[in-house]
Amino acid sequence: MSSARLALADGSVFEGRAVGAPGHAGGEVVFNTSMTGYQEMLTDPSYAGQLLTLTYPMIGNYGVDAAVEESGRIQPRGLIVREVAPVSSHPLSTSDLATFLEERGVVAIDGVDTRAITRRIRRHGVMLGVITTESAEDALERVRALPDYDGIDWASQVTTERQYGWGAFAEQNRLRPAVESRANKAVAGLAQDSPRKVLLIDGGVKRNIMRSLTARNCDITVLPIDATAEDVLELTPDGVVWSPGPGDPQVQNAQVEETRKLIGNVPLLGICLGHQVIARALGAGTFKLPFGHRGGNHPVRDERTGAVTITAQNHGYAVDPEGLTASAEVSHVNLNDGTVEGLTMRDEPVMAIQYHSEASPGPLDSMGMFDRFVEMMDRAGNGR
Amino acid sequence: MTKPESVLIIGSGAIVIGQAAEFDYAGTQACKAVREEGVRSILVNSNPATIMTDLDVADAVYIEPLTVPTIERIIARERPEGLLPTLGGQTGLNLAVELANAGVLEKYDVKLLGTPLESIRRAEDRELFNNLLAKIGEPVLDSEPCETVEACEAAADRIGLPVVIRPAYTLGGTGGGIAFTKEELRTIAKSGLAASPITQVLIERYLGGWKEVEYEVMRDGAGNCVTICNMENLDPMGVHTGDSIVVAPSQTLTDKDYQMLRSAALRIIDELGIEGGCNIQFSLAPRKDVRDWEGDPSEPLPYYVIEVNPRVSRSSALASKATGYPIARVAAKIACGKTLDEIPNAVTQRTTAAFEPALDYCVVKIPRWPFDKFALGDRGLGTQMKATGEVMAIDRTFEGALNKAVRSLEFGRRTLLWEDPSWQEASAIDLSATDTRLWALMAVLRRDVPIAEVASETGVDPWFLERLQRIAAVERRLLSEPLERELLLEAKRMGFSDEMVGQLADRLAEQGRELRLQLGMRPVYKMVDTCAAEFDAFTPYFYSTYEQENEATPEPGLSTVVLGSGPIRIGQGIEFDYASVHAAWALQDAGRRAILVNSNPETVSTDFDTSDRLYFEPLDEEAVRNILENEAGETGETPTSIVQFGGQTAVNLAEALWRSGQGIIGSSAEAIDTAEDRELFERFLQNLGIPQPPGAAVRTLEEGLKTAQTIGYPVLVRPSYVLGGRAMEIVQNPREMVGFLAQAAEAAEGRPILIDKYLEGREVEVDAICDGERVLIPGIMEHIERAGVHSGDSMAVYPPVHLTEDEREAICRHTEQIVLGMGAVGLTNIQYVVLPRDASGAPQVYVLEVNPRASRTVPFISKVTGVPMVQLAVRAMCGETLASQGYEGGLWPERNLVAVKAPVFSMSKLAEVDTYLGPEMKSTGEVMGIDSAYEPALAKALLASDLALEPGTPVLLSLSDRTKAEALPLVHALHDGGCKLYATEGTGAMLDALGIPATVVTKVLSGTHPNVVDVIEDGSVRCVLNTPEGRLTGSLRDGFHIRRAAAEKRIPCFTSIDTARAAIETMRGTVTPEVARLDEYVAR
Repeated sequence: MSSARLALADGSVFEGRAVGAPGHAGGEVVFNTSMTGYQEMLTDPSYAGQLLTLTYPMIGNYGVDAAVEESGRIQPRGLIVREVAPVSSHPLSTSDLATFLEERGVVAIDGVDTRAITRRIRRHGVMLGVITTESAEDALERVRALPDYDGIDWASQVTTERQYGWGAFAEQNRLRPAVESRANKAVAGLAQDSPRKVLLIDGGVKRNIMRSLTARNCDITVLPIDATAEDVLELTPDGVVWSPGPGDPQVQNAQVEETRKLIGNVPLLGICLGHQVIARALGAGTFKLPFGHRGGNHPVRDERTGAVTITAQNHGYAVDPEGLTASAEVSHVNLNDGTVEGLTMRDEPVMAIQYHSEASPGPLDSMGMFDRFVEMMDRAGNGR
Repeated sequence: MTKPESVLIIGSGAIVIGQAAEFDYAGTQACKAVREEGVRSILVNSNPATIMTDLDVADAVYIEPLTVPTIERIIARERPEGLLPTLGGQTGLNLAVELANAGVLEKYDVKLLGTPLESIRRAEDRELFNNLLAKIGEPVLDSEPCETVEACEAAADRIGLPVVIRPAYTLGGTGGGIAFTKEELRTIAKSGLAASPITQVLIERYLGGWKEVEYEVMRDGAGNCVTICNMENLDPMGVHTGDSIVVAPSQTLTDKDYQMLRSAALRIIDELGIEGGCNIQFSLAPRKDVRDWEGDPSEPLPYYVIEVNPRVSRSSALASKATGYPIARVAAKIACGKTLDEIPNAVTQRTTAAFEPALDYCVVKIPRWPFDKFALGDRGLGTQMKATGEVMAIDRTFEGALNKAVRSLEFGRRTLLWEDPSWQEASAIDLSATDTRLWALMAVLRRDVPIAEVASETGVDPWFLERLQRIAAVERRLLSEPLERELLLEAKRMGFSDEMVGQLADRLAEQGRELRLQLGMRPVYKMVDTCAAEFDAFTPYFYSTYEQENEATPEPGLSTVVLGSGPIRIGQGIEFDYASVHAAWALQDAGRRAILVNSNPETVSTDFDTSDRLYFEPLDEEAVRNILENEAGETGETPTSIVQFGGQTAVNLAEALWRSGQGIIGSSAEAIDTAEDRELFERFLQNLGIPQPPGAAVRTLEEGLKTAQTIGYPVLVRPSYVLGGRAMEIVQNPREMVGFLAQAAEAAEGRPILIDKYLEGREVEVDAICDGERVLIPGIMEHIERAGVHSGDSMAVYPPVHLTEDEREAICRHTEQIVLGMGAVGLTNIQYVVLPRDASGAPQVYVLEVNPRASRTVPFISKVTGVPMVQLAVRAMCGETLASQGYEGGLWPERNLVAVKAPVFSMSKLAEVDTYLGPEMKSTGEVMGIDSAYEPALAKALLASDLALEPGTPVLLSLSDRTKAEALPLVHALHDGGCKLYATEGTGAMLDALGIPATVVTKVLSGTHPNVVDVIEDGSVRCVLNTPEGRLTGSLRDGFHIRRAAAEKRIPCFTSIDTARAAIETMRGTVTPEVARLDEYVAR
């Protein structure tokens, strides 16, 4: 295996080995502290434009399984790990991680001190970096040439090109249904005869959102990110989900405007980027976190009940509640840093959460959010 | 819930297999946490060798027997508002249930805090638990609770063999097992029913070869749930988790698997209504090519819930150390009414306890089994735990952590390279579950046995085997390739020691080390911070690895390293952790930074707030020298080390440290050598004019026989430099000598074997503290058993009851001379034998042994005398005189109390191990009875060690000819006490001659019934007095069968006349013991 290095914008260089596809890759270097779920993370569109560092040192232990992908491709530009497992073992494994990276043309580096990288990012904030087999000097040159991450509309790069129905897509691609825990089989409103019609605005959606809603008797149509409010309302949905996705919500001005028109006209659930877009539509601001929240262990408190839930998170920006309209309130906060984790409206069917109720990877504790969305749709439907 | 005003915490009693130091760790944390909340803490435990029974840990400390009547009296005295039942292991939990059932809690209006009683019942009672699982849709493993052997057979017929037999309400799976045949079923069912306090076992479908996965979870009173850690066992289902090699976090579970089980765990604790910590064990379907099962692998993998422990456990201690999350502390705060988000996170000092730790390393735990001492014991592993302790190691890879864990085991000098000599020629290596399976797996992989074959034979997931194979591949490269940088780095990253590298690459360990240093290859130290570096953390808790960034940079100030004692094993128990912890605290009091090194996750010493810096590392020369170098930094000074508190483990490192020029404070390596080297020691004593039993150090059988001939039999034979009297025996004649010397030679590992005249007198023990000029003797202990029984297995009395004033003086004089003459600074332990006066009438005090280090009696004597021994010793080692600390030399005034320390054994868990008392230590723990007079103190010690006799107890007598005369008064006392007597033939004849009625029973080998074993098994006798004939005991001998049967039946079995006398004398029960706080006794 040839040597490789990771160069960071602050001039530091970490030596390791090249894994995956040959070549080099640049992007914003971020870290995720989840101990499992590398394949889900690698296929999560929210990592577009980034180099993903996994803090757990042995990655690839259980191989890869095509059925658990969260999108059709590897999303981050590159992967940074302490060790890509030389061997893997699992009843469902169809291949190993190194091959998976190679086949999908993704550059990776292993053998590096990922904890040192993580500590650097924690102290100095996320920064641009490059993985390369070239010399350190060339690598640093490449880092300097990288465009600023924040100015790019990443969500538009990962959204679906055209509208499609999830059910047909899943069937066609033989995707497995949601792997929720057994007891969650009894989910809200399954008894209802006809499925609810849900539209999903795709800014980089994860498949488990669709799977989870399908399990709750929803029929989902996925729309590209530039769908207008008019496009949406024309389809007379029972509810709209604004998906997670990559990048700075400040570049989504047009979508904020469209979303404002949806509020009050259709039940709305926003997740992650969707939450940020809805927050902006309700008058709040957003800002970049120093090193984001990425992991499966973030405690979130429901401000209305005091209940604490462990959540899966993956976001680099957060909502600043300053300016939030009086008809909305902060429903959830992060216990670690007090940032906003959720919003609701008092009189309108709008819910937004910063964390990932769809998990995958991460704890399933917030799956109930989908139940509440279904209930919200049903209430709104009955009222109409 | 409102905060209680005061709370009673029940400890777990003596250290036994299945319940070790982890509950001292948990209880100590709990007491501290409760006090932080402003709640008055009242602690009861019978084990004096614990930090939790220190006077400054709880507000009120009781060292009393853990029985319902005793605890009721404490409750009546203290009137606690609440009882915290989930921190004292199964013992504490069972007692809480008994107190509730007996109406005591209601009578005194004591509320159970934390997890409600109803939850405990629903978790522990299998039927209720299965109903609960069914209700919330969790898979229930087919099982059936049974109360008779017949019912067990019927259940097994229905479920289908093989089945697991799990006794209800026992710890460490005592009495249980896996039955493959009907015969095995009957045998195990019988022992399981006997072991269960409610005579109930569960017959359960056996999931052999399935994965075993554990989750440590917490829930607060408001219903918030978090997972602290999940762990995967390398050993599949069938081996008790305490006997399994365990890895954290899980390695072969996908996120889907992980979350499926995590969600199940949280649903279960929510449904149970746990308020505190809880351990849940799952069984998860393996790869189909490893073990086939019904069902579609593209569906979520099938799993079963195996067991729930609604309390803090061994696994939770491991999880705490593996993650840095203090489970017991948080559980105690929850019990005081706090919710998770109200409890601050001590690690980050900013976030709260409501989070889930993220690990950025791999943790491997390996059990420490006692089969180095019990070579003839049954080494098979099953559902009944056999390990006395465990080690844990941390690294960034599984291979690194595994190799370091093996290095931490101190099982001889065994590394992962070790192979059993019999494997060399074996056509097939046995891969069944035993204590050596890990090495056997390595051996077959070295011989290129295909992984698929090994996996399907053992059920071990191929992932682990492939990782082992990678280690074997590096071994091969080290054997054949030049030792270049890249190869050496790979080996070091996999945890190979310099010694292992040297061994394979044909170099001395020191050469391997030199080469490594020349290449600039030094380990770095990374922090265990609960959050994978996401937040700034303040835990000074580190592990080594070969990577780029070092986080443990030296800090300013004078530092001293305390070397810990490693895994709990027979001969080196929790007492040494107690001393290590106090040493760290004393250093801090003296204004130094205390740095601790240890590898044992169960202990208080490895709690991250015990020292200024904790290195979780093997206690071997390489690891310790690396740590010292790291602490020295670029230009800094190497800290000094203290070796005298970590038992033989630390003492054995003294020479290496001294050789490499590292400073040791306290007794020098030379002083240690004087004590351990037979010839130096003999000359030393001769110069002082102090007598010792005649003897010599020998290296060959010829020398041994000659020496014994000269000094005369019986003689005491033992290897030098070993702990706990390992391979030590009293030898009666040349024939025995021939047999025994070979065994001793192996244990001696090249060092000489000591042969001394065996003096059968009163054994006395002394701990002394010296500052270089003065010697303080906090107390003298007299043993109840005569010399010949290992001091760790003897009952010891403070103050001595039979010694005269001039004997005490002689002991003190000798002690002072020896300690000063040796130049010992700090603690020294000396054992004496006192013989009847000679014709001149002068006291006859012989020195048996000198240990220039803290002994296992340090906590006992510290507690009963009130002298802070470790603190005084450490400060003396730091250069402060005893006088400047306010202490005079000489014998500390005897307190107006009597304390009796009694050993506790775990023999029912170790099949095929002979239980007789001898010079080789066998006990795993200790208890203390304390009162104002000898008799009640003795009665309490016997009660707490399960040796107390009820008046009228039927007794089986089987006495050797040598002890018959001495036993006469005891036989009379038993007869007068209304005890029905049973006797073997010889003993029966004696009783007949005395006119004492007795039922004579035949020996086992005679083939007739009822024989000696029958009367034990059917409950006719409830106590055995058996003095062994000769010392060459083999499993064919009758005495062995008697002793084993008593152990299985868990009835007292006395093999020393002296212990029996103590028990029989207190049987009358004429005295009523007091119940008082420890400080009340000491203040009298």
